[in-house]
Amino acid sequence: MDHIVLAAAEGETHSPVLPVWSEVILALIVFAILFVLMRKFVVPNFEKTFAERTAAIEGGLSAAESKQAEADAKLAELEKQLADARHEAARIREEAREQGAAIIAEMREQAQAESTRIVEHGKTQIEAERQQAVTSLRAEVGALATGLAGRIVGESLDDEARQSRVVDRFLTELEAQNGTTGSVN
Amino acid sequence: MSITQPVAAEGGSGFTAPGPGSFELPPIFGDVTKPMVLLVLSAVVVFGFFYAASRNASLVPGRLQYTGEMVYGFVRNNMARDNIGSEHYMKFVPYLFTLFTFILVNNYYGVIPFLQFPSFSRIGFIVPLALLSWGIYVGAGIWKHGPLGYLKHATMPGGVKGPILLLLVPLEFFSNIIIRPVTLTLRLFGNMFAGHLLLILFATGGAALLASGNVLYGAVGVLSFGLGIGVSFLEMLVMFLQAYVFTLLSSMYIGEALADEH
Repeated sequence: MDHIVLAAAEGETHSPVLPVWSEVILALIVFAILFVLMRKFVVPNFEKTFAERTAAIEGGLSAAESKQAEADAKLAELEKQLADARHEAARIREEAREQGAAIIAEMREQAQAESTRIVEHGKTQIEAERQQAVTSLRAEVGALATGLAGRIVGESLDDEARQSRVVDRFLTELEAQNGTTGSVN
Repeated sequence: MSITQPVAAEGGSGFTAPGPGSFELPPIFGDVTKPMVLLVLSAVVVFGFFYAASRNASLVPGRLQYTGEMVYGFVRNNMARDNIGSEHYMKFVPYLFTLFTFILVNNYYGVIPFLQFPSFSRIGFIVPLALLSWGIYVGAGIWKHGPLGYLKHATMPGGVKGPILLLLVPLEFFSNIIIRPVTLTLRLFGNMFAGHLLLILFATGGAALLASGNVLYGAVGVLSFGLGIGVSFLEMLVMFLQAYVFTLLSSMYIGEALADEH
């Protein structure tokens, strides 16, 4: 029966629900010290951090709000500017189109006038040249013809009046002939 | 008197089941026992941890600071503020915070290898804490309502009139003023004591059964160890819950004492 001896060796075990006073006092002291330390060194730090964090979040929120408002205003302004710019561009395009059309019309007119002028000029020149050629031909043909005729007839047609008459007649005949066969001019 | 029950095992090998004697540890030196050392150590651990966690507290917490803040915020917001009300709760946060962390660490000693003794299975350690909670809530009530006003506040339920008060007032006084510190103490003590007793029983009993040399006893011994592990996890939950309940009830009592009418 050695186990009973073992139990007896533990002596008078006092009831576990009765406090040992040394333990009560020790716990009270330890807890009091811990409480003072926690209140002095730990709780204020945590509270400070909590307060700072709250402030930071609130500050951040209000900052974000004002930023948002700013951004909204800027966006509205930019949109307005964009609309203005679009409007302006449309106006300029329209103007340019009108101007272009006007320029084209003007150019066409100018070109028309120029071409008319050139044609006119050419006609005049041709006419003048023709006139000149006719005049010189008339003189030359007259001399040639009289020379030729004098040689053929054997007499000199020195008489100016006669000479001129004969040439005129010849030319008239020639013109008449041309008139029937069609003008080369 | 002998509370330990001897159990006869085969072959006369004696097994002494654990009893209240298991909680009477011999002194280490002088009159100092293991629970006393553990208790002092718990204060060092608690303060060391939370001081380290809060010393260089920054807006963006590190892992250590985050853990500390989580525990602190849990006591501060979920217990103190919710039960006492946002007007007065900050006065009681240091006390409740110290209370919760102190009890928590001392409870978890029960499952920490080599320490393995929940200090609060010694009722002497709990008595001062319960008395402090009692003093604080009674004091808060007297501060708020005056001595007679608090007595009336605590013992006369609102809306009750007539002779029934003769029955109710003594009952309310008994339950609100006298019983509360006792139940606070016994609840924590009982849970820690019984839990530790269970763990010892499963461990030493399993060992004795394995050592008995009988195969069937040995199998039961293995089962006993398995159950012991399961009970350990259950104990971890209980250890947290008891620290929580002690602190929660303290804050509820304070909140009730400070309430305008109930």
